Amino acid sequence: MAARIQMPKQARHGELIEIRILIQHPMETGYRHDDVGHLIKRNVINAFSCRYNGEEVFRADLSSGISANPYLQFYTVAEASGEIEFAWIDDEGKQGLERQSIAVKA
Amino acid sequence: MSPGSAAARFLVAALACTAAQAQERGIPLDRLKSGSAFLGADLRDLQADDFANPGMLWVERGGKLWREPAGKSARSCASCHQDAETSMRGVAARYPKIDPASGKLLNLESRINLCRAERMGAEALRHESEELLALTAYLARQSRGAPIGVDIGGVARAHFESGRAFYYRRHGQLNLSCAHCHEANWGRRLFAETVTQGHPNAWPAYRMEWQTLGSLERRLRACLSGIRAEMLPYGSPEYRDLELFLAWRAQGLPVEAPGVRR
Repeated sequence: MAARIQMPKQARHGELIEIRILIQHPMETGYRHDDVGHLIKRNVINAFSCRYNGEEVFRADLSSGISANPYLQFYTVAEASGEIEFAWIDDEGKQGLERQSIAVKA
Repeated sequence: MSPGSAAARFLVAALACTAAQAQERGIPLDRLKSGSAFLGADLRDLQADDFANPGMLWVERGGKLWREPAGKSARSCASCHQDAETSMRGVAARYPKIDPASGKLLNLESRINLCRAERMGAEALRHESEELLALTAYLARQSRGAPIGVDIGGVARAHFESGRAFYYRRHGQLNLSCAHCHEANWGRRLFAETVTQGHPNAWPAYRMEWQTLGSLERRLRACLSGIRAEMLPYGSPEYRDLELFLAWRAQGLPVEAPGVRR
């Protein structure tokens, strides 16, 4: 699952940083039928979380009704240099994981 | 004949040609409007945002595929064309285009597949496959902002005429030509939609109705289905001829690919 992430590589301590993530996913609603009339099984990203140096700073429970290729935008406070980890899972159990590092100056 | 009179004759011929072309335009140049002019502010903003524009997912993948070796030759697109950001700048704005070697009219998709077959020894990518969409989007992205300008002279002329004939011919159960909506009624409402002028400058585009990126051909098929006409199979020459006519008709509009559309 491809994803695009946009966030600052550097920040000052205590600065509010914006994080944007766009994940490629069909977000199949479970309400659609295929060409021969069979119901297409629901397959959406149902959980997304963002951890900053191991601590959860954002989480979202998604369901059908969220468009394909979901785009999330949220904020956190730059506390320390380290790693921000993005993890998500869909109904088929497929997991996505991305990491970005951030340098925080005093 | 003196050189002077030859030059004068050429000038007269050129002027006559421009005048004829100006008359040929269904929509005058100063009234040309890209499809994005008919979008709501939300979709326009989404298209303009290079991060959030979902089409950029395909552009990014296309950039990777560009450098990935394929086929028997084990060469990648980049082996010949190097960095697409410089070598492919403005190229997509001149498509569809006649391939000088075969004399065939090629759109971006068929150009990519011809390159794969002849230079890379790789199998053709399927229409609307993620790979072909990614490469097309990546190529088209390199022409963002470049004005569309296609050559309709020489061998291309016959394709242009056939495309134009298709455009003005009535199709399907609703008995409509392309012009009935996109020339006679653009800017007016069709149920909840505003009818656009039907320009190809944002394609391949991410269409909300599809929830994915699609080619111009897929969009043309959607139009045919909308007027209850028979959809020609993917890769039909009629689509390429029509694409050439549409590109000529949109001449001067900047490329917006990957666009975002309703």
